[in-house]
Parts: sequence; C-alpha cells; structure tokens
Amino acid sequence: MKEYNAMELMICVASRLLEDGSTVGVGTGAPCAAAMLAQKTHAPDLFILFEAGGLAPQLPMMPISVGDSRTFHRAIMATSMGDIMEACQRGMVDYTFLGGAQIDAYGNLNSTVVGPYEKPSVRFPGSGGANDFASFCWRTMVITNHDAKRFVEKVDFLTTPGYLTGPGAREEAGLPRDSGPYRVITDLGVMGFNTETKRMQVESIHPGVTFEMIQRNTGFEIRKAEHIGETDVPSEMELRILREEVDPLGYVINR
Amino acid sequence: MNEPTSGTGPLFTNPSADEARAFYREKSRRLTDKIMSVKDAVTRFVNDGDYLASGGFGTNRISTAVMHEIVRQKKRNLMFAGHTTTHDFQILCAGNRNGEKLLSRVDSAYIVGLEARGLSPQARRVMQSGEVEICEWSNYAMAVRLRAAVMGLPYLPTRCLLGTDTFARSAAKMVECPFTHTRLAAVPALYPDVSAIHVHESDRFGNCRIHGITIADFDLARASKRLIITTERIISNDEIRNRPDATTIPAYCVDAVCEVRYGSYPGNMPGEYFSDERHLKEWLTVERDEQAYDAFLQKYIHGVASFEQYVELCGGKKRIEELRAEELLEKRGKGA
Repeated sequence: MKEYNAMELMICVASRLLEDGSTVGVGTGAPCAAAMLAQKTHAPDLFILFEAGGLAPQLPMMPISVGDSRTFHRAIMATSMGDIMEACQRGMVDYTFLGGAQIDAYGNLNSTVVGPYEKPSVRFPGSGGANDFASFCWRTMVITNHDAKRFVEKVDFLTTPGYLTGPGAREEAGLPRDSGPYRVITDLGVMGFNTETKRMQVESIHPGVTFEMIQRNTGFEIRKAEHIGETDVPSEMELRILREEVDPLGYVINR
Repeated sequence: MNEPTSGTGPLFTNPSADEARAFYREKSRRLTDKIMSVKDAVTRFVNDGDYLASGGFGTNRISTAVMHEIVRQKKRNLMFAGHTTTHDFQILCAGNRNGEKLLSRVDSAYIVGLEARGLSPQARRVMQSGEVEICEWSNYAMAVRLRAAVMGLPYLPTRCLLGTDTFARSAAKMVECPFTHTRLAAVPALYPDVSAIHVHESDRFGNCRIHGITIADFDLARASKRLIITTERIISNDEIRNRPDATTIPAYCVDAVCEVRYGSYPGNMPGEYFSDERHLKEWLTVERDEQAYDAFLQKYIHGVASFEQYVELCGGKKRIEELRAEELLEKRGKGA
C-alpha cells in the first residue's frame, strides 16, 4: 500500500480531471500543482492560463504568485489580465480551479468576509479573479478541505457565483449559458452537482472515508449521486512526479 | 428576481468622459525631460485626497519606491485602486497607524492577502476597523473600468459580478443589452488621479518598455491623469525610436521619470530579480507585534532618506545577485 497524504490525493484526483488539450485558468497552490502534474503525466498539451497574463507556460516550478515570472516561463505569450479574462468571457476556457473560505450547496464561494459585512470577524482578500473565472469558464472546480465550517447552508458573502439559488439562476442573472460548478475535490471525497437540482452531491468517496463522515462534515444536506464509487488512489508514478518534479520543496503537499 | 439592479457600494470617482476630456485637453504632450527623484515626484504629483493606483501585480513589477515615499511623506486620505494589490497595499497600510489615516477609501478586488504567503495582519487591522470605506469589485471588473477610461467612455458592460454579493456591494449597475436583451453589469470608468508604474526601461521623456506580462498597466498608464514612472534603466530616445513596436507606454501619459534600480524589490522583476520571500515573510511576521512593527517601519521606511538605502539595509547588491540567480533559474528558488 502506497503512503500518501490528503493533499497529495486531492491534487492527483484534480489532475486527472484535466484532459490533454483542454484550457484551464488556475491560481497558486493546489490548483497549480494539479495542472503541473497533469502537464507532466497524461496532459502534456494542457493549456494553462494565469490571470495576470501568462498564456500556456511550461512551468519550471510552482509559481509563488499568479503573476510571477514562472507563470509565463516558455509561454506562448506574455499578455494582459484583460486578454486572459476575455478569452474566458468569449468561451475559450474549459476549466477553472478555485478555493474559498466557505462554499454552499450550489457551489457559491465566499472569499470576502466571515461575519457581518459592515463589521466582519475576518476580512479576506475578496474576489481577486475568482468571480471572473467562475462567471466565464465553462466548468468551475474547487479544491478545499472538507468541514462543516466551510461547507455551509448559506455563505456569509457570495463572492463568486456557483449555481446561485438553483436551476436557471445563473442564466437569469445574465451569466453565460451552460457554465457553472462541476467538481469539488476535498480530503473526504469528490462532489459533483445534480443536473436537475444543481445541488452538490457525492460522486466518489476516498478510501477509509464513509458517506456518513461526509454528511457529518457538511453543513447542508448532501445526497449521493446515482453511481457512487471509491476514489482511485494516487499511482506510484503520480506520487513520484508530484514529489520530485512538481513540488520538491513541499510548499503545497507538506503544508 | 430579488437581485438588486444597482450595487449599493460607493462610487469614489467621477466616470464622466467629458470631465476627463477637459483634463486631457490641458495635459502636456511635449517631449520634455521628466527625470526627477522619487521624493520630488511624490511631492509634486501625489496630493492628499487623491485617487491612487499601483501598477504591476502585488509582488510583481510594483513601484515599491513610490509606495514607501508616499508613506514617508505621510500623505493623507487617499483613495486607492485595490486591484491585484498585495505587498503594495500592505506598504500603504503602514500609513494607517496611531490615529493617522493614509487610506480612507478603497475599491477592493484583491486586498489584505499576499496570495499563498497568507494575510497581512496590519492590512486586516486597517480593513476590519471600519475606518476605510470599501467598494467591492473583481480584478477583471477593475480592469474593465480602466479600459472604459482608456476608450474615453463613461462605462463598459461585462458579464462578471452578476448574481453575487460582490455586485451588490459594488457600484456597478445592471443593464439590458439593446441587441440581445441579456443582462450585463455596467461598470463605471475609472480615471485615477495618480498612478505609479515600475518599468524595465524608459527614456527621459517617459517612453517606456515593459518586458513580460503587462497585467493592467497598458490601460492603467492611459487612464491615469498623472503618472509616475520608476524605471530600472534610462535609455536614449534613439533606442526607443529604433524599435517603436517595443514601447508599452508613450511619453504623453507620463509626468515623472525616476531611475530606481531594483525598484520592484522585494517584489519580482521579470528577467531581473525574483521576489525576496525572506523579506516578505519578515513583513508578515513583524506586523503581528505592534512594537516590533513600529521599529521595523522606522528602520526601513521612516528612518531612511531613499529607497536605495532600504535596498542596502536588505542586503544590497549581494542579495539582489542571489535573487537574480533565482530569477534566471540558475539555482532552484528556496523561497521562504
């Protein structure tokens, strides 16, 4: 039995969701590690976009900032934030990977404040490019730890759109048709969204985890998908590349 | 439909295109020598109460020298474009201490955090205290606000913000497309009073070259009423004219040209030096302890006459050489 930690599992699962030749807008940390791992395994032509202007880089190492020099290392173009976000807005970008302090059943994300807006208990950075990516990219994916404080019935502040209030709400608000949350990858399992209700549902459960554990750590009622499986564990090759080439200094996997 | 058709956030600046045209009509287009010190540039072009914007991307190609000088000169009641701002915002927050108020209003798309490095305790103190008025946006919404200004328009429509609390706390308005009848978010043009952008090369008149990603600086330079350039190097006007396709910012946008070697330090400067993660971590750590923070600001900002002295205090040329090797991938970056 191979040894791996929860973060390594999350990154490997996320990486496998990125098809070769697809386009993905990513931030630093776990999303970037997943994209890099995909590029070094099954998806050499994964087209990575960074919001500050890096277009299709060949990452030599993990960037520290989404605007640092690594984000356009051997890229096909060093461009602007407008050019990147407009590629997303006109429908050229398949995936985005985001995080957040809170997420609700419809995949709405909060990265602005916890507590009342006027007198927050914590002020977070705000949207950054998250609202833009989740508005424009076809499919939004989220990597986050799974606990009832994060997975809440109602986010304190809806920074970044998921399915808003349910079926049809994105289109009603004016957001691009057929876009929205796709997968939520946590330390307990992989969640998707019910096509009818647009509510989060469990698609696969990590080894050693039960559905009851997922429900207990989720602050809203969560159901099982029609077909529910056990998450495939990381392969020897994925773990080796992740540890030796993607994140040799352990910035993300040993955090 | 219970969404608001209008954000309730405060609009800090006038989006009028005609007001802006009246200003630009009077702005000099002459190729005059604009070289001066950062100290003089900030004294002349940054006024109390101004709306300020910072180029680059938080810890990448930022005009650190101008941010320090604004804090050193104790400018007051500034409005600020919190657009992909991280270390630059953190520096300005040093002016909101002991009852003094450098920042009074912030358009916020990304503030208080330094990406994966964590949140700035001082920036959080300032932004949670209620002393600063906030309007929420996203990074792209802010970029579109600048683009509207560049185009000489009072607003532009976009498909971000829609359906969210970010919209509800912004100053955007919902509009219907006259052609397709879909909903769009109209965002008001942003014409900053003054901006600071750090570049790789500039001539004496302010014709500038930027290498690498431009983030929103192409638009920021054109949208700003006054613009302070800090540059790694001064080059001749002949060099500019020999390769006009390499110019990113034309001189008629620029009011001051300040030669500041290593001017993005401790930020990253593409092709020149990587970010100094050790020093950035020191900022984040020292802000936790009010007394240590006071001493730190005294040592690095208030107690020095110029940015050059600050770089010296941080290890000078030797440290820069290490960061240059990291930037050029001559050794694997150790980071923090």
